Amino acid sequence: MLGEGILKGLKETARNALGSFVSAERLTTVEYPEQRLPLPEASRNFPFLVYDGADWESGLRCVACQICEKECPPKCIYIDKSKDKKPDAVGKQQFYPAKFDIDISVCMSCQICVEVCPFEAIKMDHEFELSTDDRFGGLLLDRKELAKSNEYYHKIHPTEATAVDDRLAKERAAAEAKTKATAAAAAAKAAAPKPDVPTAGAAPVPAAKVAAAAAPATPALDAKREGDAS
Amino acid sequence: MNIVFWILAVITVLSGLAAVTLKNTVHCALAVTGAFAGLALLFLQLDAQFAGFAQILVYIGAVAILVVFAILLTRGSDTPAQGVFSRTWFAGLLIAAAVFTVLGWAVMNSAAALPHENAVPTVTVQQIGQALMGRYVLPLEIVALLLTAAMLGAVIVAMHEKGEPK
Amino acid sequence: MANTLDQIFVLLKHWIVAYFPLALQPVVGILLSVVAIIATFPALFALTTVIERKGLGRMQNRIGPNRTGPFGILQPVADGIKSLTKEDIVPRSADAVVHFVAPLVLVVVVFMGFAVLPMGRNMQLVDMDAGLLYFFAIGASAELSIFMAGWSSRNKYSLLGAMRAVAQMISYEVPLLMSTVAIVMITGSLSLVKIVEAQNQYTWGLPHWYIFTPWGFAAFIMFCIAAMAETNRSPFDLPEGESELVAGYFTEYSGFKFALFFLGEYVGMFSISGLGTTLFLGGWSAPLAVLNFMPSWIWFFSKVMLSIVVMIWIRGTLPRLRQDQLMNFAWKFVLPMTLLNLFVAGLWRFMGEGILRWLVCSAILLGVYVIVGRTEMRRRKIGPRSYRYAE
Repeated sequence: MLGEGILKGLKETARNALGSFVSAERLTTVEYPEQRLPLPEASRNFPFLVYDGADWESGLRCVACQICEKECPPKCIYIDKSKDKKPDAVGKQQFYPAKFDIDISVCMSCQICVEVCPFEAIKMDHEFELSTDDRFGGLLLDRKELAKSNEYYHKIHPTEATAVDDRLAKERAAAEAKTKATAAAAAAKAAAPKPDVPTAGAAPVPAAKVAAAAAPATPALDAKREGDAS
Repeated sequence: MNIVFWILAVITVLSGLAAVTLKNTVHCALAVTGAFAGLALLFLQLDAQFAGFAQILVYIGAVAILVVFAILLTRGSDTPAQGVFSRTWFAGLLIAAAVFTVLGWAVMNSAAALPHENAVPTVTVQQIGQALMGRYVLPLEIVALLLTAAMLGAVIVAMHEKGEPK
Repeated sequence: MANTLDQIFVLLKHWIVAYFPLALQPVVGILLSVVAIIATFPALFALTTVIERKGLGRMQNRIGPNRTGPFGILQPVADGIKSLTKEDIVPRSADAVVHFVAPLVLVVVVFMGFAVLPMGRNMQLVDMDAGLLYFFAIGASAELSIFMAGWSSRNKYSLLGAMRAVAQMISYEVPLLMSTVAIVMITGSLSLVKIVEAQNQYTWGLPHWYIFTPWGFAAFIMFCIAAMAETNRSPFDLPEGESELVAGYFTEYSGFKFALFFLGEYVGMFSISGLGTTLFLGGWSAPLAVLNFMPSWIWFFSKVMLSIVVMIWIRGTLPRLRQDQLMNFAWKFVLPMTLLNLFVAGLWRFMGEGILRWLVCSAILLGVYVIVGRTEMRRRKIGPRSYRYAE
């Protein structure tokens, strides 16, 4: 009958209007800024630098390799290398950035800097409420503003952060094992019996031999003890 | 002759004058509308309610709009090139004065025969309706027929374009 | 006590007027009523803008304005300040005098319509014998102001919008008038006061409102459609559609003149809702005989606000009609139905009391409506489109 569609439409809008007071599915408004929608984990806005531990200066993972500076398409990163070195995330002595500036008015959030960083030092942040009234320097973030703790990284990207932590732990263990192995090899080489050594060196030889005999035996014994214990 | 009559009369005459002397045609149409409104108010002042409201409804609500549409859809909205006043204005003035004299003389002569102001009867809408349907029903039907014929003619004239060979 | 509350505004007016000398008293009385009307309806207009925005928001699954004041009540204050402080731009080639006068004419004409509406018992400004005719005459003058607005802007789109608006308003004026002629026929008078008094009777507790009769109901539906078209209200708002013509005939208006147009449109909505209430919904009479203790003006304004809410509801539901669909609808459907309605109303009058006239009138109206509806809905030949001027 003519007009039936109109009545159906009126019923639907009435249901919407009255239902919006009682059911949440008919009123989907999120009243920003009192309420916020939770952002998905993989969302990204601008980069930040990760630091381990409590002190941001000493725990900064970045070693100023400048790969991200070179790979950044709009060239928004500016890095100044330091003159001295400090131990990095895996214990090796590395440079660190004396200056690390990102101009977020230029940054296009392409995530290339994150993808190329070999040290898991730069990651993408969720923070988007960055507006400022300082037109000239307000959007240029320096090292201190960019550094955020590993706990913060865990909070915003839980799965990614755990994966990164696992990777770093493995690398650290591998590095430690390697240093131990090299130390052991160096010690073994130093303690190895030399066939053409003169009698002047005979006196320390038995001692060295004893030490060498003891040294390889101890790691093996240690390994066996660890093997038994585990 | 009270003050309201004089005010309305002045408004009507001035609007009429404006309608013939203004340069822009649409302004003239609006001035004519003002004249219609003045006339309607004069009717109302004489207690002829139906005539006054019908004047507003028909003239201002329909005829003025028709005039304005006609001006817009033809090229009358441009200012005329030769100016507003024609070259034979003196002859026009004479003829208008002659017509005015004849009408005025007719009205004044008949006014003496009419009863004076305080005995004017109020004509209600009901009386008009009864008169139309009773005594004047034949003229009413003839006018209705005429209007229908006019409307049919308008429809045919407008529809004629559809059947034209291209 | 109930009677005092009912007549409180009338008594208040008499009390104030008594303070003036005898010669001035009629003038002061009229001035007081005029001031009351000019004060009430813009206040209602402000309330309506909030109701409309929040109502439309809720219908569209969102909240309306809620930051200005609790529940956005102070939004019209913010809008008013905005309109007043905006720069008043008049295009250089626009016709300055007509451009200025158009919104004034609209507002004046629209407020004049309230003079004959009985807003309560003894609460009309003027009791005219031809009150209904006055209202329609005044409504017809509003079209002229819209044309003036569109033409004086010297803007092709404004002019187009104005022409469309005027064409639409003229087309729907005829069904508007014809649907009320049935009421006049049955009541026997053009005076709105007498029409309300004729509806103020009760049978078995139910009122004699005209909407409860078959021809009255049909006339009410057609009156609603025509009223919404007259006030350029959705779904008939093509002349002012934002996506079609920017803002149609008031594109070139800014600041306070735009606010005046807006005011004119909404107050026109109130005016025509008031007329519909008076003619069909019984004006100031209560729905049930027992509810007569409540003041009459409360009933009138509640019914008007209910009509406004229904208009907002329809606006939120229906899509916009195209110009040719509008005109087709007016001339080919609504007008013949009003003529049929007139015939049915005459039949009702001459059949005398009883259940027979109810059955016969309802049957005729319903039958014709269903048949015409079926024919209209069947004639949709979906074939390749032909263009008259393009081959």
